[in-house]
Amino acid sequence: MLDRLQELKDEALNKVKEATNLKDLKELRIAYLGKKGPIQEVMKGMGKLSKEERPKVGQVANDVREAVTALIEEKEQKLEEEALSAKLKEESVDVTLPGRPISKGSRHPLTTVVETIEDVFIGMGFTVAEGPEVETDYYNFESLNLPKHHPARDMQDTFFITNDLLLRTQTSPVQTRTMEKHEGKGPVKIICPGKVYRRDEDDATHSHQFMQIEGLVIDENIRMSDLKGIFEQFVKRYFGEGREIRLRPSYFPFTEPSAELDVSCAICGGEGCRTCKQTGWIEVLGSGMVHPNVLRMSGFDPEKYTGFAFGMGVERFAMLKYGVDDIRHFYTNDTRFLSQFKRV
Amino acid sequence: MLVSYKWLKDYIELDDLTPHEVAEKLTRSGVEVDIVHVMNKGLKNIVVGKVLACEKHPEADKLNLCQVDIGEEETVQIVCGAANVGADQYVVVAKVGARLPGGMKIKRAKLRGQVSEGMICSLQELGFEGKVVAKEFAEGIFNFPTEVTPGSDALALLGLDDAVLELDLTANRADCLSLVGTAYEVAAILGRDVKLPEVNLSEASEKGSDYVSVNVEANEDNPYYGATMIKDVTIAPSPLWLQTRLMASGIRPINNVVDITNYVLLEYGQPLHAFDYDRFGSKEVLVRLANNGEKMVTLDDVERTLSDEYLVITNGSEPVALAGVMGGADSEVQDDTKNILLEAAYFKGSTVRKASRDLGLRSDASARFEKGVDPNRVKKAGERAAAMIAELAGGQVLSGVVAYDELDRSEKKINISLDKINGLLGTDIDTDTVMSIFSKLKFEATVAGNNFTISVPTRRQDIVIAADIIEEVARLYGYDNIPTTLPNTATTPGGLTVVQAKKRKLKRFLENSGLHEAITYSLTTAEKEAFFTESVSHRVKVALPMSEDRSTLRTTLIPHLLEVLSHNKNRSMPNVRVYEMGSVFHTDEESASKQPDEKTLLSGALMGVWHEHSWQAEKKVVDFFVAKGIVEGIFAELNVQGELRFVQGEPKGFHPGRTAIVELDGFQVGIVGQLHPVVAKEWSLPETYVFEIDLRYVLSEPSKEVRYDTIPRYPAMERDIALVVDEKVKSEDVERQIVALGSPLLKNVELFDLYQGEHLEEGKKSLAFSLRYQDPEKTLTEDEVTTVHEKVLEGLKEKLGATLRS
Repeated sequence: MLDRLQELKDEALNKVKEATNLKDLKELRIAYLGKKGPIQEVMKGMGKLSKEERPKVGQVANDVREAVTALIEEKEQKLEEEALSAKLKEESVDVTLPGRPISKGSRHPLTTVVETIEDVFIGMGFTVAEGPEVETDYYNFESLNLPKHHPARDMQDTFFITNDLLLRTQTSPVQTRTMEKHEGKGPVKIICPGKVYRRDEDDATHSHQFMQIEGLVIDENIRMSDLKGIFEQFVKRYFGEGREIRLRPSYFPFTEPSAELDVSCAICGGEGCRTCKQTGWIEVLGSGMVHPNVLRMSGFDPEKYTGFAFGMGVERFAMLKYGVDDIRHFYTNDTRFLSQFKRV
Repeated sequence: MLVSYKWLKDYIELDDLTPHEVAEKLTRSGVEVDIVHVMNKGLKNIVVGKVLACEKHPEADKLNLCQVDIGEEETVQIVCGAANVGADQYVVVAKVGARLPGGMKIKRAKLRGQVSEGMICSLQELGFEGKVVAKEFAEGIFNFPTEVTPGSDALALLGLDDAVLELDLTANRADCLSLVGTAYEVAAILGRDVKLPEVNLSEASEKGSDYVSVNVEANEDNPYYGATMIKDVTIAPSPLWLQTRLMASGIRPINNVVDITNYVLLEYGQPLHAFDYDRFGSKEVLVRLANNGEKMVTLDDVERTLSDEYLVITNGSEPVALAGVMGGADSEVQDDTKNILLEAAYFKGSTVRKASRDLGLRSDASARFEKGVDPNRVKKAGERAAAMIAELAGGQVLSGVVAYDELDRSEKKINISLDKINGLLGTDIDTDTVMSIFSKLKFEATVAGNNFTISVPTRRQDIVIAADIIEEVARLYGYDNIPTTLPNTATTPGGLTVVQAKKRKLKRFLENSGLHEAITYSLTTAEKEAFFTESVSHRVKVALPMSEDRSTLRTTLIPHLLEVLSHNKNRSMPNVRVYEMGSVFHTDEESASKQPDEKTLLSGALMGVWHEHSWQAEKKVVDFFVAKGIVEGIFAELNVQGELRFVQGEPKGFHPGRTAIVELDGFQVGIVGQLHPVVAKEWSLPETYVFEIDLRYVLSEPSKEVRYDTIPRYPAMERDIALVVDEKVKSEDVERQIVALGSPLLKNVELFDLYQGEHLEEGKKSLAFSLRYQDPEKTLTEDEVTTVHEKVLEGLKEKLGATLRS
């Protein structure tokens, strides 16, 4: 009987080993371990055995069952794994095929520059002020210390609509409008982005329409050193750490003292190159301490309040940042141009 | 302003500095030097030659064979094409091996069989601009006016051993529109002295007042007019040194008398004018405002029509000069002029500016008068010029300047405290430093305690108030020396307004929806907009447009975006969708006299394929519903409270069947639809969809507040229905009916299919909706849902004649 069991065990294990698919395994399980299987058959004859032999044979029979079961399970798992990997292999794709495109548009580079600069100043406690593009002579010129016939009006060729109405030549009128709203009380901390217009022929560096960002800070005890400090913060955040700034005396009718802000050239690091015209510096904006006449006209007492103002050209910033060489690209809206700024 | 470095050195010691060093110092302290022109850059081996003989080239009519002494052992033969070359002339010769501007190298050559060893040069060939070359040499070679040694350095004789500083002056620094003024600026930076020119004027015994009288009617515009009589001058070319100084300064030499007035203009910044006394027409100078419509011919031979806002010099009856702008042709100094009436006057800036601007006549004189000349230099300049004329043109200066004089020559006094200076700059400068700065500037100043009193020289017309003094102190102290601080102000909350934040949000939405942001010009023509509006009047027009294409402010963004599509399509980019957010301008007047209404529009234009064509994805062409989806998205993004509706409409320029008026709470706030094919053709566009939304209204509409709703605890039940209705029935009406009939258990209705065609009766369409029923309080039973659902179906049949599709 024991021999028979051993025989069955060898036979079953061999067959299991040879099985190549799950179906055969299932059949083998039924064939050997099922109620009508040979092991069971052998067990049925156990009644004829002696009391001493019975547990011994029973033990062996169980061992055989367990051995066969274990092998079947092991084999089953192996076959399942093989079947799965075969299936996965069949499912494989060419991963080098392009992905399904997620169609995205782009932000205009000028918008990017405006929003970036706005955010830098918002971080320093500024709010964003806006004003009309069709202005009166008063707000665009007179309130900014540029009376009629002032020679400095020649600095900006103007599109007049009537004697008194014009397309604003600068975002500075927003200063005056904001100051008036404050009714002579500080602090004022604003940044004013917007479109401006000048009677220039369009070419690679001139555009009859362009964008400016004006900034204004007014309070008691505002100093020119503060303007330097704010610029330092701004330049580091916008152009990056490691950029140096310098102020150069200049002239604007609405500021006194006036200054141009230069930033050390990023291309050559200050050594001098074509971009910075060999000077190592790039002019980025005009600024100065608000002229007492401007404060007075807008309802602020120049004995009590001082302030600074600055204005920058958005196109110029974009051209410097992205290396654009023709200002007209910003207004042509060629999608081959615009698409390049998707990832900005 | 062009400043000859050599000339500048007449007034200030600069031997220890290079022109580039001085230029850098000027730039850093506020007078920007654009370029330093090194005049002899690239020039080499250029000498004086004497033409010994000159004859026609045997083989070429227009060429001459010149034998030229260039100071070497043998004379050289040079072939010269200039018509004005001739024997005995002293000329400029570029020798074999010479270099000329632009890298041109002179080689020994054969021209039509004749050897040519060098080149006889024109001034243009040496780098002078044509406009500064004296007329007699403008078309040919240059001749030296006097004998010069052959072989000597021609560059030095022509003043080319110099550097010219090109100043880019700001409008306030008119004081630097002269050599002396520039010298003062350089002196202030370097802390040096200024040497003013010496004037040795000897006057004849005869009195000027016997020849001329001066009367000024317009004394406000002309507070000083001085006339000096100079008799018996000989008009001739100026000496070469004077001519070369003028040329270096960008002025063409004309003759000695005129050149001297220009020389003094450059030296002192005071414009002068020389009249031919014998052609003046009277013995009386009368300065008055012109009469409206009065005419005169100016020096440039153009007849000018005058107005009563211009100041003129007259001979008592006729205008002889447009004051401070340009002289008249009739009294111009000519070759045979004998007697000179020399004008040195002070004209008010705004008066000169008015005439100069109106007539488009800018001159070196007007540029200086406009910005204000130094009242203390007017007389001196007149004397300087008179003395030079006597010296160089052989005239006799009659005694006494005949003058009208009401000119205020006093110096402005400005008081300022040290605290004020340091307070505005954020510096800690002491009294001595401030006083030393005033001394460098040659400003007379006194100090009492911490208070300064400054007397501002009249050459500095730009310094009027205390802040101007602070700027002077700051720029000479050095902007680099001002410390860096942050404002000591109260903390202010920064940020965007609600509307600004919404605008940004919309931009993000549209970018992420696949649209490119465009920015276009605000100026356009009314014609382009006429495709979309009934009337082209009531537009805001620019008074003097640069072109008809940019003459009117836009009232819609659509034509601009069509332009963008068209631009891209013409460059083989057929699938483009763009949007723009920008201002438009409306006036309620025939022509704007007050600020127009400005509002922000948000517009888009789409053409071609919507879903990018890819190897896997299906291609989808832009259609009405793509455009409408974007518009719906815009309103969803803003979460507006009002009710949004799309109403069939036929606005001008749009496809009558594929266009909707966008309404918010019953008010029109926008349009979405297909561009009318006829209009599309105008821009050569294919099927194009556009939208335009008035953001002013939409952005001011409050957003719905987002409040948490309990997540339903009980399951929902979905029922799909396919309804057959008349094709004229609007989907929106069906949906509204379903909602009305199904509430409150009906929570959602969504259209998922539209069908028309086979298996349906003619004139019918099938709309399939998915309905979701849900009760927040309990699980719905089949029966409950069926009851409501039946009610919905019956209602639809009754109200809209809808039947279930079998």
